[in-house]
Amino acid sequence: MVSNTDKKGYLSVQDLVVEYRSGGETVQAVNHISFELPGGRSLGLVGETGAGKTTTAKSIMRILPDHATQKVEGVIEYDGTDILKISEAEMQKVRGGKISMIFQDPMTALNPVKTVGEQIAEGLKVHQGLDKVKARAKAIEMLNTVGISEDRVDEYPHQFSGGMKQRVVIAIALACNPELIIADEPTTALDVTIQAQVLELIKKLQAERGTSMILITHDLGVVAQICDDVAIVYAGEIVEKGTLEEIYDHPMHPYTEGLFGAIPELSKDVDRLSPVPGLPPDPTSLPEGCYFAPRCPYATDACREKHFDLEKVSGSHYVRCIKKEQEG
Amino acid sequence: MALFEVEHLKKYFPTARGMVHAVDDVTFSIEEGTTMGLVGESGCGKSTLGRTMIHLLDSTEGVIRFRGEDVTHPDKKKLRRLREDMQIIFQDPYSSLNPRMTIQDTIMEPLKLSGRFAKEVLEEECVKLMDLAGIEKRFRDSYPHELDGGRRQRVGIARAIALMPKFVVCDEPVSALDVSIQAQILNLLMDLQEEYKLTYVFITHDLSVVRHISTHICVMYLGQMVETCPTQELFDHPMHPYTKALLSAIPSTDIHNKSQRIQLKGEITSPINPRPGCRFAQRCPYATEECSRPLALQEVRPGHFVSCCHVQEINQ
Repeated sequence: MVSNTDKKGYLSVQDLVVEYRSGGETVQAVNHISFELPGGRSLGLVGETGAGKTTTAKSIMRILPDHATQKVEGVIEYDGTDILKISEAEMQKVRGGKISMIFQDPMTALNPVKTVGEQIAEGLKVHQGLDKVKARAKAIEMLNTVGISEDRVDEYPHQFSGGMKQRVVIAIALACNPELIIADEPTTALDVTIQAQVLELIKKLQAERGTSMILITHDLGVVAQICDDVAIVYAGEIVEKGTLEEIYDHPMHPYTEGLFGAIPELSKDVDRLSPVPGLPPDPTSLPEGCYFAPRCPYATDACREKHFDLEKVSGSHYVRCIKKEQEG
Repeated sequence: MALFEVEHLKKYFPTARGMVHAVDDVTFSIEEGTTMGLVGESGCGKSTLGRTMIHLLDSTEGVIRFRGEDVTHPDKKKLRRLREDMQIIFQDPYSSLNPRMTIQDTIMEPLKLSGRFAKEVLEEECVKLMDLAGIEKRFRDSYPHELDGGRRQRVGIARAIALMPKFVVCDEPVSALDVSIQAQILNLLMDLQEEYKLTYVFITHDLSVVRHISTHICVMYLGQMVETCPTQELFDHPMHPYTKALLSAIPSTDIHNKSQRIQLKGEITSPINPRPGCRFAQRCPYATEECSRPLALQEVRPGHFVSCCHVQEINQ
């Protein structure tokens, strides 16, 4: 890991708490999430639907829905500035300029009544002050970068296939040469051969430009392809984090074990999968003690009473589980 | 004898822009108690094929045989009988259940319609089915919107197996679910198959899932069948260039063994009035002029069929 003194492109999220108001109840979407991402590295945020991955990303972008958001606390420091504290005008310069987001669903992320060229050029005009002609030229260049021929610059999103639309979304996100990309399930809506093309593209652009990345996904296979670090998210908190090798070679949290047990792996033959039984807890009434205890095969009374902190196991590997503490 | 056979099955849809060749000349047979995995990318015709097989769609050409009997054009009475033996589990448990029917009513409906059960035993049967599918009794009077995706899919399964069919088409039954729920549903489907000797057609784009659940696999590309053989054989010796690329594109969780990916150029072309011959030719690294000749399925190894005119050279 890079030392803390190297602040260029350094993202640090400390103790992030996000609560929503929904149907008269408080949804505890993110519960004290902390992680650090040095410039140039890529972090995979892995978890199931409702784990708080996208909410974390939207907090960093400051695009949480105002009407429903009840509480956003903590520190999100980027390049040494707490971006939760800056004004909306300043945030607009960060958003799309320094940090940009690739959204999950390319079918809905694009504006259907604007050409793809206009949509790529928009950010360039706002952030880099390019005039119409220059912005268009840069938009064409971006299309080439993502492998779309330039004669399609004046076409509308509906004229593109799913994979092509996702490339356009990527082109928009990369147009202003951001230092950090947050990719929210960028390939989930795509077929495998197209997914492979898009992942290669992201990897290549990241290597060429030294961009850091947060990849949000539920697919441990995709993480293995492009991430350096991994954080496993469950019920709004990180239950395990470390480098790719630390997590994949020595998964320690029972939930992480469960995630690996639930995927049929091509190189292994198993008669039956061993998924985690049950369902994630209701975020409007999280259990006392460990949030995972109700589904955990190793849970003891101690787990149901006390909520544990992330503890260091080795190197940069952290786990939130009493069992591992005792074993260690 | 095979439980289910299709021979030269075709399904075309007329559209304003021309004829969509959704399923074009598919031939295979499925033994009782086995699972045929239909794989391919979106738009390759796998769902259309599954639906045509169980008469949710009428076939354009070809023969469908069930237990040796030609059922390509059944009359109304026969179709109704067939439907008791052939069921389908849909992809999206959010839209495939009637939002205004309780779970009990949803599961009891096929039991009632069959006329096989006395009124007094219906509820009892329903409880049995819920138990089989792993749905807690307390959800009997709930509506679909009160259930999570995994439980909804269990309801879809309970309803599909209510009349103990022989043959079930599972159309992407786990694609809409989270991984841990997905694994629970896959295990349930495999348990039911073992217990009741069910025969499945399992439609999916997820090759890891299909490898786990299927005994045989049929790979499709733009309506054409490109390769079919037993599952292990396909993963050990993929022969068609498309299958090879497809298998190499699966992101593996094995971080120490990064195998080389075969990158396909371009995207799937249109199935409307397609060019003659192999439809994969436009993206295929081995394509030659010969590939525009009509396709023929060749048995390259025992039980392993490939439709590619260059299969021998490619796999030397």
